[in-house]
Amino acid sequence: MGEVIVITSGKGGVGKTTTTSNIGIGLAMLGKSVAIVDADIGLRNLDVVMGLENRIVYDIVDVVDGNCRIKQALIKDKKFDNLFLLPAAQTKDKDAIEPEQMKALSKELSEMFDYVIIDCPAGIEQGFKNAIIGADRAIVVTTPEISAVRDADRIIGLLEANGLNNPKLIINRIKQDMVNRGDMMNIDDILDILAIDLIGIVPDDEAIVISTNKGEPVIIEGKSMSGQAYSNISKRIAGEDIPLLNLDVEESLITRIRKMFFGK
Amino acid sequence: MDFLKLFGKSEKKSKNVAKDRLKLVLINDRSNVSPRFLEMVKGDIIKAISEYMVIDEEALDIKLTKTRSSSDDTSISVLVANIPIKKIKENYRD
Repeated sequence: MGEVIVITSGKGGVGKTTTTSNIGIGLAMLGKSVAIVDADIGLRNLDVVMGLENRIVYDIVDVVDGNCRIKQALIKDKKFDNLFLLPAAQTKDKDAIEPEQMKALSKELSEMFDYVIIDCPAGIEQGFKNAIIGADRAIVVTTPEISAVRDADRIIGLLEANGLNNPKLIINRIKQDMVNRGDMMNIDDILDILAIDLIGIVPDDEAIVISTNKGEPVIIEGKSMSGQAYSNISKRIAGEDIPLLNLDVEESLITRIRKMFFGK
Repeated sequence: MDFLKLFGKSEKKSKNVAKDRLKLVLINDRSNVSPRFLEMVKGDIIKAISEYMVIDEEALDIKLTKTRSSSDDTSISVLVANIPIKKIKENYRD
């Protein structure tokens, strides 16, 4: 019986889909069998981030409606044989799926895979409720911005009210130079406010934009700081004890090297 | 933020501004109860305490917030009341 993990945030645009895709690949790289599920019905995106948009035949609504078998809707990843995507429906409504159907689907997937990672839609309405109902644990993604942290706080409350206790936190898009100047909340500031456990930090990294452009999540090539961060998070999810990335030291080293070669 | 520098050295790091604003806004977000509910609690606390001491009702501050439990590190809700005492009532003095 595998584990169902929902990636959520409340606020949109903080990196849920990027996080889902990278963690999915990260766990697959560790040899786990993984299904990533796009629960954002009507705003499908996990497919393009994964570079699998041209392979979609059936989607999650087809599965719950019984138009196809679950295996027909699962799309195998380009690089990893043990990683599958269940895409969202693009032309349907958010309430095209009932919570009970989603619960049954999560259970069915958990019997087929080691990990089922659900990419939750933004907001706290039906889509959110569907995404969390079948989850065993939750990961909350936030950024060091006042709006994202506020929404994360609300989401943590809602998760706990729905029996998903002890959600773990990912702080995404940390700009270390701004943190050093005192112009961005640091890790401790955010943990102080949200009072939950941290499972990883991810620096703000141009490599994310480039890799997303190509449909190849950043963790694959593995050299970037953000790729390293996602690799660490995946290992922690799998139970390994990995220290946090030191964004300060590595960032300065990278900038130094970049300056050396590109003079900027 | 440059204009702040013009007005002396009282410039505050913007992350601290964010943190302070966030803390305030979350007190309301988290309480999840109506202001009327808090007023009722406040009223009853004043009533109970006033039996024993004279308190500064104007300065009384009561709020619901969240903190980490010291025993098992989970997050718990706490009712924080700051009640300034003016004096203990005569008949309760030793």
